Amino acid sequence: MDEIIAILKELHPDVDYETNKSLVDNRIIDSFDIISIVAEIDDRLDVQIPAEEIIPENFNSAEALAALVKRLEDED
Amino acid sequence: MLFVSYEFIAFTIILFVLYYLLPGKWQWPLLLLASYVFYWIANPYYLIYIGTTTVTAFVAGVLMDKAQDRADLSIAAAKKDGTYTSDFKKAAKARAKATKWKILLISMLFNLGILAVTKYTNFVINNINNFLSEANALKAVDILVPMGISFYTFQTVGYLIDTYRGTCKAEKNIFRLALFVSFFPQLVQGPISRYGDLSKTLYEVHKFTEKTFTSGLIRIFWGYFKKVVIADRIITAVTALIGDTETYTGAYVFVAMMFYAFELYCDFTGGIDITIGIAQCLGITVAENFNLPYFSKNIKEYWNRWHITMGSWFTDYIFYPLSVDKNMLKLSKWSREHLGKFWGKRLTVYISAFLVWLATGVWHGAAWNFVVWGLMNFVVIMISQELMPLYEKFHKKFGWKEKAWYGVFEICRTVFLMSLIRMFDCYRDVPMTFKMVGTMFTKYNLNIFTDGSLLNLGLSGSDYIVLAAGLVIILAVSIYKYRSKKDIREVLFDRPWLWYGAMALLLVITLVFGAYGHGYDATQFIYNQF
Amino acid sequence: MRKRITALITVSVIVCMALALLTCLFIPKYMRGIVEGALTAEYYDDKAPHEVIFIGDCELYENVSTVELYRKYGISSYIRGNSQQLVWQSYYLLEDALRYETPKVVVFNVLALEYNEPKSETYNRMTLDGMRWSPSKINAIKASMLPDENMVEYVFPFLRFHSRWQELKATDFKYMFRRDPVSINGYYLRADVRPMETFPDPKSLTDPEFGSNAMNYLQKMTDLCKSKGIDLILVKAPITYPYWYPEWDAQVTSFASENGLTYINYIDKMDEIGLDMTHDTYDGGQHLNVYGAEKFADYFGSYLSENYDLTDYRTVPEVAAIWAEKEDLYNRILEQQLAELEQYGELMNFGKNAIE
Repeated sequence: MDEIIAILKELHPDVDYETNKSLVDNRIIDSFDIISIVAEIDDRLDVQIPAEEIIPENFNSAEALAALVKRLEDED
Repeated sequence: MLFVSYEFIAFTIILFVLYYLLPGKWQWPLLLLASYVFYWIANPYYLIYIGTTTVTAFVAGVLMDKAQDRADLSIAAAKKDGTYTSDFKKAAKARAKATKWKILLISMLFNLGILAVTKYTNFVINNINNFLSEANALKAVDILVPMGISFYTFQTVGYLIDTYRGTCKAEKNIFRLALFVSFFPQLVQGPISRYGDLSKTLYEVHKFTEKTFTSGLIRIFWGYFKKVVIADRIITAVTALIGDTETYTGAYVFVAMMFYAFELYCDFTGGIDITIGIAQCLGITVAENFNLPYFSKNIKEYWNRWHITMGSWFTDYIFYPLSVDKNMLKLSKWSREHLGKFWGKRLTVYISAFLVWLATGVWHGAAWNFVVWGLMNFVVIMISQELMPLYEKFHKKFGWKEKAWYGVFEICRTVFLMSLIRMFDCYRDVPMTFKMVGTMFTKYNLNIFTDGSLLNLGLSGSDYIVLAAGLVIILAVSIYKYRSKKDIREVLFDRPWLWYGAMALLLVITLVFGAYGHGYDATQFIYNQF
Repeated sequence: MRKRITALITVSVIVCMALALLTCLFIPKYMRGIVEGALTAEYYDDKAPHEVIFIGDCELYENVSTVELYRKYGISSYIRGNSQQLVWQSYYLLEDALRYETPKVVVFNVLALEYNEPKSETYNRMTLDGMRWSPSKINAIKASMLPDENMVEYVFPFLRFHSRWQELKATDFKYMFRRDPVSINGYYLRADVRPMETFPDPKSLTDPEFGSNAMNYLQKMTDLCKSKGIDLILVKAPITYPYWYPEWDAQVTSFASENGLTYINYIDKMDEIGLDMTHDTYDGGQHLNVYGAEKFADYFGSYLSENYDLTDYRTVPEVAAIWAEKEDLYNRILEQQLAELEQYGELMNFGKNAIE
């Protein structure tokens, strides 16, 4: 979770990721950001997020993203 | 059948009546029949194309589901008899995935192949001939391009990918799938629906309700208003302006650019209003394709608001898969290690975005001007992306960002920039576009705005008044939506006199001031050819 | 709910009424200048019985003085003529007229046979819009429509003429609900004089045969008249331009003899009629003026009254009263035109000077 917030902070330092629950819907992060996030997660956590998991629900909050990473780790 | 034709209107009215008279379970089969009749009227041979696409997609979907089911069953069986291990599960899943991948690839390539052959053969032939500098080295072929083939092919490919990914179950009833592929209001110019979205309401039984039906109806009227009062009127001037590149230079190019921006907006969004309105009258929810595109403050935002279903199709099915592909991630890692922080972050995004915009350009038309148009979008988006930090510094310093006038400036800038890029689509010739846009900045013939030259473009003074009044109405409704984030229909509906009054007024205005019927050429929807 | 239904119904009624009123406003009135568009509808207003009905193009409605036929022979006739009336239109206009009366003689001018296909939307509208609704009208429209025309635009003329909001004239308001007569029993009177000019040499015919569609309708017309016991006379008006080819003449002659019809080519009889084309034409020889039209009516009327058993309506008081009014109108129009010619040297309220 902390690692994920760290990744997000690098992209947009001034967003409060603890409270913001609609990052995609409110267009705080865009498709380019999402690609960066996926690449960083692959790099740092060694979790590969497949294209079909790139849906707003999984990227709307740091929490959702952490849940996604955990689920993908478990499936492995 | 064009949307603006008596035949289409009669067709739709008959459909509405039958739809609500028949027992509910006959509603979606009626829509399928209507869609095929619609296609058959356009050209009976089209049915072969759309039929082939439907059958292949159906078979592929069912096979993919079967492969998945087999894997799931074997896992369940293993769990039962105690031989289950996580390796067994992984292997079974991997096998299923490999099978599905093969099926997906074959069915997708087959259908995209049909699209490519019908739409791009002559483009390729022309280019080969140009390359050989021999006009008829290869003869152009006469291929029938089915109406809306880009739209239904993309819709079908989306369905196949979703089935492959498991985000939706394959359709077990070929007729239901056939309706999804051929749903007639969408055939003309989109939107590109997702199976998961459209299927929620497409096959349901719909009871007639005043609110749904009249809301749909008013949206249809609104669409016709935009299309026949504005777009089909202004197109006369656009055609005149871009048809004579000798005379209409300098400020005329600017006029052409702005007129084309209005024309395209009213034609395309008007057409989509008609589509979504018809669907709504039938109780069916079709994805929105526009969200006030000309209120965008930058080009990225513009592409989130303009032709949304196409943009999201390219993002979901090309941009993301490409970007998160194993090799791409490897490349990303490598570039980070070897090219430094700056390029490490950008290389893969740039490659993916470049390919997506190339594809978008090609999708719009089999011609170089569209390729250049797509790449211009790419360039502008990338430049504005790179300038972002600079902008932020700038805003921090001056604090204009929150000011209303700065917002208006940003909106105008975006509209201007998009209209400028669109000139490639306008003149349909790359060097010519550069030349004409060049004259806009070098030739100062501003007197055309005052000396009545604009009255020689096929539009009379009263036409300009109608255009201006119509655009003001559209602007007012848009500003309302932008400010309140509400659909104006929600507010009007509860006031019956206003509701039916507005509907009647819209109808009468469109009938009187529309540029339709004898004496007006029925202009093809611009997006029909895509 | 009740309020909603009231709103819906009220608004619907208002919309229908508004569209009906706008239709009345937008449809061309043809009351000044180009008045030919008003000819078709006028037929229905005439109360006199007609023993002779003329059907055809401008070679009839500008060349035969109906008043002269009455004055001199007591013949009560009507010209159902239109600009460029095509053969199928003539047929259906006849069929339409037969719904109201059965004349003894029908006279058809053969020039239109040269057209085998619909020619112009404008002329279609001028000929057909004035017809009352009947199967004949529907068939006439179907036979006349060009590919880019649509039946809906005939049923709802609003759809055809809606863009006339840009060009509304005073007459559009004045004649929203009524019309003035523009002809006297179908005759369009012109009193100006412009002597005959030399016409260009006729082009050689690529195909001397009349089209099958045109001939087909001539046959239908013949059969219709036969079945109703009406004598059909084919005429070629005494006008030399547009050129009437000998090949065409031969075809009509043979058609007439095959079908036992009378065919008279009056081009051959111009001297006998007494036409002086330096004086009897108003547009350089393409149409006769009132002087020519009266001479032709004299000549043709004598043929009619000698060969057909026609009533002398001058002796039938009710009809004579109606015709007295027509004569009166005829004389008024003539006087007005003569006065204008006197004052201005040309017509101001008729013809091209009056186009709004």
